[in-house]
Amino acid sequence: MLAAVENKPASVEAKPVLRVEGLKAYYQMNYFGVRREVRAVDDVSLTIKRNEIYGIAGESSSGKSSLIKTIAGAITPPLRVVEGSVKFDFGGKELDVYAQRPAMKAARWKHLSYVMQGSMNVLNPVRKVKHAFHDFAFKHMGLSEGEFRARVESHLQRIGLDPRVLESYPHQLSGGMRQRLTIGLATVCEPEFIIADEPTTALDVLVQQDVLALIKGVQQRMGSSIIFVTHDMTVHAAIADRIGIVYAGRLVEEGPTLDVFQRPQHPYTAHLIASLPRIGDTRKRVALGGKPPNLADPPSGCRFHPRCPLAVDKCKSENPPLLARNTGRVACWRAGEVEAA
Amino acid sequence: MFKILRDLLRYNIEFAIGFVLTLAIFLFALAHFWAPLPDNAIYLLPPDMPPSAQYWFGTTSRGQDVLWQMSSAIWNTMLFGLSVTILSRLLAVAVGMISGYLGGKWDEFLMTINDTMIALPNIPILLLVYFVMRDQMSWPVLALTAALLGWNYDARLIRSVTLSLRNREFTRHAVFAGMSVPQILVRQHLPYVMPVIFFTAMNNLIWAIGLEVTLSVLGFSDINRPTIGGMIYWANQHQAIIAGIWWWIAFPIIAVVLLFLGLFLLAISVNEYIDPRSRLSRMGA
Amino acid sequence: MSALLELEDVNKDYRVGGFLDRSTLHAVKHVSFTLDAEKPEIFTVVGESGSGKTTTARMILGNETPTSGTLRFMGKGIAQVRTRKERLDFMSRVQPIFQNPFEAFNPLTTLDYYLFSTARRFLGLKDKAAVDAATDKALQHVGLSLAEVRGRYSHELSGGQLQRIAVARALIPGPKLIVADEPVSMVDASLRMSIVNLFRELRDTLGVSIIYITHDLSTAYYISDRVIIMHKGDVVEAGRAEEVLGNPTHEYSRALRSAVLPPDPVVASAIIREKLRAI
Repeated sequence: MLAAVENKPASVEAKPVLRVEGLKAYYQMNYFGVRREVRAVDDVSLTIKRNEIYGIAGESSSGKSSLIKTIAGAITPPLRVVEGSVKFDFGGKELDVYAQRPAMKAARWKHLSYVMQGSMNVLNPVRKVKHAFHDFAFKHMGLSEGEFRARVESHLQRIGLDPRVLESYPHQLSGGMRQRLTIGLATVCEPEFIIADEPTTALDVLVQQDVLALIKGVQQRMGSSIIFVTHDMTVHAAIADRIGIVYAGRLVEEGPTLDVFQRPQHPYTAHLIASLPRIGDTRKRVALGGKPPNLADPPSGCRFHPRCPLAVDKCKSENPPLLARNTGRVACWRAGEVEAA
Repeated sequence: MFKILRDLLRYNIEFAIGFVLTLAIFLFALAHFWAPLPDNAIYLLPPDMPPSAQYWFGTTSRGQDVLWQMSSAIWNTMLFGLSVTILSRLLAVAVGMISGYLGGKWDEFLMTINDTMIALPNIPILLLVYFVMRDQMSWPVLALTAALLGWNYDARLIRSVTLSLRNREFTRHAVFAGMSVPQILVRQHLPYVMPVIFFTAMNNLIWAIGLEVTLSVLGFSDINRPTIGGMIYWANQHQAIIAGIWWWIAFPIIAVVLLFLGLFLLAISVNEYIDPRSRLSRMGA
Repeated sequence: MSALLELEDVNKDYRVGGFLDRSTLHAVKHVSFTLDAEKPEIFTVVGESGSGKTTTARMILGNETPTSGTLRFMGKGIAQVRTRKERLDFMSRVQPIFQNPFEAFNPLTTLDYYLFSTARRFLGLKDKAAVDAATDKALQHVGLSLAEVRGRYSHELSGGQLQRIAVARALIPGPKLIVADEPVSMVDASLRMSIVNLFRELRDTLGVSIIYITHDLSTAYYISDRVIIMHKGDVVEAGRAEEVLGNPTHEYSRALRSAVLPPDPVVASAIIREKLRAI
C-alpha cells in the first residue's frame, strides 16, 4: 500500500530552487528555572521547484510561521535551528542559509524577498513611499538614480498602480493599494524566490481577489517561485500549485492542490476541507473534537492521534514518516483510508 | 513565597546581589536596638578618634561612635523613606486607577488636583510646613507631607496603563460577567499595574531619602534624632571635612550608596519576575 | 407579536479629525429591524470593516448611545437603562460574545472566575455548591464540564474551547439575546464549525436569539435565518439568508457575494485567471 509511486520529476532540466532537509527549529527558553522547548519546526523536508506557488496551510501555532521564518533565515533567539539545512539555488549557485550568512545577506531582496502581512509594518508612516523603494531595492539594482526611478515607475504601472503613489504617504492610500505596494516592493528586483506571510488576511474581502491575481500575475511573468503561508484554505485553492499541510510543527501532507482538495490522504486534511462552509449549502458540518496540541508537550507518536477518528494503537506510539503516495507525500499510518471512514 | 525567593536567588544574579546587600544593611541597622550607648547621648566617648580596633568607624567630634550612629541613622532614614514610598504608592494607585477606569468627571476632577500638585515646588512647601508646625514637627508628619507631594507623576503613569486596559476586551467581558468596579480594578487590572508600582517605588524611595537628607542638612528637621542627613548636618556644623574627620561623612555615604544599589537591584529583578509577560512565560503560555 | 429587540431609524455619528479638518462620520445610518420574542432566530449582520456593524452591536449592548433613533429591548428603551440595578437586569438578558477569545479572558485570571462571578451576580447565588452547579450546567450546554475548566488559564486551552467557555458564561444568566461580534474570525478552521454549530443548537434547544456579526458570507449562509448587509453605515439589503446571500440584488451585495472564493481549486483558480486577464 505504501509502495512509492514513481515520482514524476516536474522538470528534469531545472534543479529545485529551494531544498529544506530535516529542518528542526526550536524555541528554547529559560525563565527563572522553568525550562521550555517548543518544537515549532520538527523535521521538515521539502523542495520547491522553479516557477511554482507552494502554499503552506496550518492553524494558529502549528509552526507554519516559524517554518517560513526559518527558511528565510530571519529567526531570532529564542528560536534556533537545531538540525537540518535550508539551501537555495539562485542561478545555479547554491546558497546555504545557515552556513553562508554573508552571501545570504547579499542575496536578500535581489534573489529573495518578502511580502508581509501588515503592510504598515513595511511602509514607514512618516516617509513618502518612494523612500521605501530606495531603502529596500536601490543598492541591489546597480542603477543610477534616474534609471532606478524609471524602473520603479514602470514596475508600478505593470502592477496597476499610478506612479504618483511614490510621492504620497502610506496613510493616504487604501489598504488594498498599500498591499499592492508591498508586493511591488517585493518584486521590483525580480527575485527568484518570494516568501509571503498571510498576504491577504488583513485585506477587505472585496480587494482580496485582485491582490491574489496580482501575485499570480507577477509570479507568472517573472517565472519566480513563491512560498506562502495562510490559514485560509480558499486562498490556497485559488492560487497554489502545490500545498503542504502543517500540523504541530510537522509536514503531514503535501501534493498538487487539486489532488489535495479532491483526494486528501491524511485524515486531518480531509477534515479541514470537509469543514469548509460554502454558500448554497447548509448541510451540517461536523467539527473536529479536541484541541490543537501544545508544541511544548506534544502527543507521542503521530501528533494528530488524539483527535483522529482513524487512530489505532500504532499511531499512539510510532511517528509516521512522510512517504510518497499517489502524486504527493503523506505522513499517516492509515493514509488514504479516510474516504472509507 | 519561599519557593519564589529560592527561584529568584538561584536564577537571577541581580536579585541575589541585591538581596545580600539589602539584608546585610538591614541587619546592621537592626543592631542599633542593642547599641551599648543611647544614640542621642553625646560626649560620652573621646571625640575625633580615627577608625581603630576599638572604634571601627571612628568617633565624631561630638563624642559618638560613628558605627552605632550609622546603625541608628540608616534605620531612621529607611523608616522615613519607606513610609513615604508606601503612602505615596497607595495614593498614586488609588488616584491613577480610579481616574483611568472611571473616566469622565472623576477623571477630570482627580487629574485637576494631580496637575495642580505637580506644579507645586516641593522644598518651599516643606519649609512652610516646618515653620508652621515648629515644635510639633516630627518625622511622621514630615513623611506624610512628603508622601502627599510625591505621588502625582506616578498617578498619571498608572492612569495611562489603566486607560489602555479599560479598552481591552477582557475588561468589557468582566463587566458583562457582573464584576464590580473594585473587582475589575483589583483582580483584572492590578497585575498589569504592579510593575509600574515597583518601578516607581524605587524612584520614590530615592527621592524621599534625598529629601530627608536635604532638609536635615539644612537643619529643618529633628536634628537630635540620628538620620543620614542629620549626621551630615552635624559633621558640617563641626567642619569635619576641614578638620580631616573624613570618617564622619564617608561611612554614612558609603552605606547609603550600598543601600540604594541593593534596593535598585531588588526592584529591577522583582519587576522582571512579576511582569505579566514573564509570568505568562513561566506558566507556559 | 411581541418584539424582543426593536431598532427604529437608528443613527450614530462620530466627530473625527482635529481642530482644522473636523468632520462628521456617519457610522450607522437609518438602521431599523425587529426580532420577534416568540420566534428565536439567528439574525446576521454582514459587512466589511467600516460598515457600521460593530457600532450597531455596541449600541444593542448599551455600550454606545445612538445619535438619533431608538433601540428597545423587550419594550424598554436601552438608553433608559441607567442605574446599576437596571444595568444588571439588562445584562442578565442580553449577553455578548467577543471576537478574540484570547483577548476576552484576562491571561492572568483563571477562567472560572468569570463563570463564578456571572453566577453569583446574576443568579444571586451565595452557596458555593449552587454556583458550581449553575456553572457546570452552562458548560454542559457547550459540551464542556466544570472539571475541565476549573483553575485553568486561557493559554492552556484552544481558541475554540475558550470561545465555547465564553458562550457558556453568557448562558449562565439565561439570556434571551446573545450578540456575537465576529465570534469565529480568530478561531482555527478545524474548530470554527463547532462554535457555529453551537449557535444553531442554542437557538433550537434553549430558544436564544442570536445576533451574529460577521464579514464571512459562507458561515453567514450556513447558520442564518435572516441577514442584513451593511455598507458604510447603510443597510443595503435585508431578508432571508438564502435570498440575500444566494441571490443578491443590490450592487454592493453582489460584489461582496462574488468576492467570496469557493473552497474548490477548479472554480477558485478559474476566478483568479479571469481577474488576471482583466488586469
